Amino acid sequence: MTILRLACASLRSRMFTTCLTVFSIALSVMLLVGVDRIQQGAQSGFEGTLSQTDLVVGARGGSLPLLLYSVFHLGTASNEISYDSYLHFAGHPAVQWVIPLSMGDSYHGFRVVATDNNFYEHYRYRGGHSLVFAEGAQPEGIFDAVLGNAAAAQLHLRVGQKMILSHGLEGSFLQHTADPFTVTGILAHTSTPVDRAIYITLWGDEAMHLGWESGAPPLKPIPESEIRQSDLHIKTISAFLVRTKSRMSALFLQREINTYKPEPLTAIIPAQALEDLWSVLSAADVALSLVSGAVLVVGLLAMLIALYTALNERRREIAILRALGFHIRQIFALFVLESTLISILGVVFGVAGAYLLFFVVGASVENRYGIPLTMTGLSVRVACYTIAVVVAGAVLGLIPAIRAYHNSLADGLTAQ
Amino acid sequence: MNACAAIQLENVTFGYEPRTPLLRISKLVIEAGRRVFLYGPSGCGKTTLLGLITGVLKPQEGNCIVLGKEMTKLSAPARDRHRGSEMGYIFQSFNLIPCLSVLQNVALPCRVHKLRRRRIVHSTVTQEAVHLLTRLGMEKHLDRNVSQLSTGQQQRVAIARAVIGRPNLVIADEPTSSLDSDSRQIFMDLLFEFCNETHATLVFVSHDRSLMEKFDEQIALNEVNRTRL
Ligand SMILES: Nc1ncnc2c1ncn2[C@@H]1O[C@H](COP(=O)(O)OP(=O)(O)OP(=O)(O)O)[C@@H](O)[C@H]1O
Ligand SMILES: [Mg+2]
Repeated sequence: MTILRLACASLRSRMFTTCLTVFSIALSVMLLVGVDRIQQGAQSGFEGTLSQTDLVVGARGGSLPLLLYSVFHLGTASNEISYDSYLHFAGHPAVQWVIPLSMGDSYHGFRVVATDNNFYEHYRYRGGHSLVFAEGAQPEGIFDAVLGNAAAAQLHLRVGQKMILSHGLEGSFLQHTADPFTVTGILAHTSTPVDRAIYITLWGDEAMHLGWESGAPPLKPIPESEIRQSDLHIKTISAFLVRTKSRMSALFLQREINTYKPEPLTAIIPAQALEDLWSVLSAADVALSLVSGAVLVVGLLAMLIALYTALNERRREIAILRALGFHIRQIFALFVLESTLISILGVVFGVAGAYLLFFVVGASVENRYGIPLTMTGLSVRVACYTIAVVVAGAVLGLIPAIRAYHNSLADGLTAQ
Repeated sequence: MNACAAIQLENVTFGYEPRTPLLRISKLVIEAGRRVFLYGPSGCGKTTLLGLITGVLKPQEGNCIVLGKEMTKLSAPARDRHRGSEMGYIFQSFNLIPCLSVLQNVALPCRVHKLRRRRIVHSTVTQEAVHLLTRLGMEKHLDRNVSQLSTGQQQRVAIARAVIGRPNLVIADEPTSSLDSDSRQIFMDLLFEFCNETHATLVFVSHDRSLMEKFDEQIALNEVNRTRL
């Protein structure tokens, strides 16, 4: 106990070097844990975005791009699929529900997703949470829109306000001026890409593109009031989400969709596609962890240097402690304790810093890039890191401790 | 064993390198409660002898009975405990642990050793330390950093730490050699005062023979040490 107090007092008296070494260790622990947490957070964020969906179906192409644009609103659809194919599988006996998705427009940088009311009813995230309206309700008319929570907040849109969508994604100057949409609902916060999207109906999507078949605005736009649902014919969508009645039938249905004759389609199992994503990202994760590991080594060495250079000045202090009846092994313990305390402090500040970093970075990443990040608790890996750093600190502390031990043995009470 | 002897060395041989003995003492007895002045030229082994008495060093041969315990038969931790609980030690200078305050320095022996804690007169260790420091005229410096004290003040604090918890033996290794004559006078008076009060045996090492007469007994190490013979 006295040894612990002495170690604390000694560290406190060398406040500046102690702070510097604690800081350098904390910094590296922060990096190490931060990288791990962000990777984990992204993983659980991505995985939590979609649940209870067995298949994601889109045009023939890579599984990862399909998943990214249809669910995470990253990238663009390579091809559309026909509405007929969608209807075919929507009516398939193995299917419990489907959610059609049609993308391609944006509003001030927020993706516009055309879907139907199945989306509000069946979409599930983070293991079974369904969408809740913070305000208003799901769309009824052709030109009704529902906003994700973050989109509504950042666009300062309330229920009842009108908005004019732009054609295409990011920075388009073509606007669907003839057909303004009315906000009928705002979804509650979900921490998924849903927050950053604007949802309209498939009919609305079709209606505002009437006359746009060539890709350019029609010379004589059809005003909103003259559009009837019966006049509209949905021809294509981008993708659709499928829930099957049983896990087994999902596999059969996947094969059936992938070999569907009338149109080349791709059906993917979301979890599998995410696995591909993680294997792509794990290389970057490893590289970052290596860098943090190197920083950690530097931090620990800084501590070693600080403790070791202080040794000579402390010979006298050790002689006094010996005269006071401290055993030579207690002198040894004192030095090991000092390095251990430094590394414990480093770890505590480092982990705290990592969570702070996560908090700051996580929020801005989510807001700016729409990459979902979930705050996760301490993992086994983080626990291993922290224990490893403390053990490494204690082991490095052995070096000055052994030196102090030998000094004290040689000096006895003579060090003056 | 002489019941009255605080220190009894018999046929003790010690050398930092075992082949070249530095000390060879056939008999050295210091009676309990005596104030002993130990002198000798520089390098003759005075500090080394104190190392043997306190049990920091172990003789290659012989017996070394200090305050009723045969030091050579004790384990190293037991010797350390014996030293800490029964002996107060004052160095030439730099007696205080720099990271602790004056008060903490004085209280430290009692915090570490139960025996010394049991022998305090006041109800808490802190009160005891404050009381001692007040008597030494250090009451204004209780919470100060030790590096802010003058050498004379530091040595006075060292007395308080050496006598707190009434150890039976107080050892001082040239404690006055870095003090001016006024401080030296104050220091000696205080040291005697405290040792008389606790009836502690005092072993005082010094070059300064002018202090010699104040002691009950004077020992010239070169006369006891037979290596040169
Ligand atoms: N830790 C040590 N290791 C090896 N040799 C030592 C050690 N301490 C002292 N010596 C040697 O032992 C001899 C006696 O040293 P010691 O310190 O006991 O002398 P001293 O009488 O106290 O001298 P001074 O009056 O200068 O303090 C010296 O020659 C010294 O070089
Ligand atoms: Mg000496």
